[in-house]
Amino acid sequence: MISLERIFVEIHELSPADLNHWIAQNLVRPLGGPGAYQFQEIDIARIRLIMTLRDELEIAEPALPTVLSLLDQLYDLRRQMRRLNAAVEHTVPQEIRAALLRHLDG
Amino acid sequence: MAEDLYKVLGVAKGASADDVRKAYRKLAKLHHPDLNPGNKVAEEKFKLVSAANEILSDPAKRARYDAGAIDESGAEKAPRYNYRQYADSAAGQRYAAGGGAGAGAGTGAGGGYGGENFEDLFSTIFSNRAGGANVPARGSDAHYVLTAEFLEAVNGATKRLILPDGQALDVKIPPGTTEGDVLRLRGRGNPGRANGPAGDAKIEINVAAHKFYTRDGQDIRLDLPITLHEAVLGGKVTVPTPAGPVAMTIKAHSDNGTQLRLRGRGVPAHGDNPAGDLYVNLRVMVGQPDAALEAFLQGWKPAHPQDPRAGMEAVK
Repeated sequence: MISLERIFVEIHELSPADLNHWIAQNLVRPLGGPGAYQFQEIDIARIRLIMTLRDELEIAEPALPTVLSLLDQLYDLRRQMRRLNAAVEHTVPQEIRAALLRHLDG
Repeated sequence: MAEDLYKVLGVAKGASADDVRKAYRKLAKLHHPDLNPGNKVAEEKFKLVSAANEILSDPAKRARYDAGAIDESGAEKAPRYNYRQYADSAAGQRYAAGGGAGAGAGTGAGGGYGGENFEDLFSTIFSNRAGGANVPARGSDAHYVLTAEFLEAVNGATKRLILPDGQALDVKIPPGTTEGDVLRLRGRGNPGRANGPAGDAKIEINVAAHKFYTRDGQDIRLDLPITLHEAVLGGKVTVPTPAGPVAMTIKAHSDNGTQLRLRGRGVPAHGDNPAGDLYVNLRVMVGQPDAALEAFLQGWKPAHPQDPRAGMEAVK
């Protein structure tokens, strides 16, 4: 677990106002409540992603929720695909997997 | 052999720092790996573009590169973009689309991992498992919303609805349709399985507001502007009704706010409903007064002066 103070050491370009705004908008979702936020590595990566989108790719602040929502949907799909992939790998006999592959490639 | 860094960014050798920055941003937007998860080509391209920018955006490094002091790979590590490695793992569930009702609510467990989402996504696999592919089943109903103009809903009309698959559906809107009515087109919904019948198309009608008319059940209301002359002396006027213009006589001494009824000129009869009426509310418009009217009013002493605001004084 990473404390709020530690976040600003880790990402020194981050302003507390921006972070609070993103938490309020539910774009960043730390554990714990206000005053006792606990961050994990994914939250740091998430904050960096938001800053990259805004500062480097010049995506305007009001567009961030839309862009992040689309990205989140994409990653949802990818996680679902991975689960399906794992399920197929563990349950479906080899010859059926081969048939599936042939069908997908064809 | 590494490609020339200027070519990577698509700028000339003498390009200004601003041009380099613009070119980099344009390409970075296109190829950013977090925006192209799993796309190896984009990822490689992004690495190249970032590396090129790393050198060309730094005047000192750029000078050394131009001078041949460092080669294309003289770049430092490309910027960190490690969100994907978390987002693709189970930890990414924290940021499931639309997840977490408020700050701190997304505790990682549950959320979109429910079977429903999953079965939605791979519906054919699971429907085959559940029912068997060869059991006939009726298709589901398809829901659409169609906006009709006010008069189309009053008088009835046929409107074309373009379905998501590009097919056109001609929808017959019956006379007297009201906001929120749902029309059902049998068999025009989603196809059934294994020769099962198709579902129905259910079309909810939205009625657009009209510039002049408002609807009151079977009746229609209309504000009709009249002149001072018509209000005092009366006259014949033409009223635009939903079924076309109708002549109407205004009696002398018809004040502002007088309501007249044109029987049977509202919503036409349909089913068990008789035709409604058109209520015409007179609105006296003085408009731009001319000199003669002004002169007349200045010399005018009413025989019975009236105070149109009588009785309003007590209102607090």
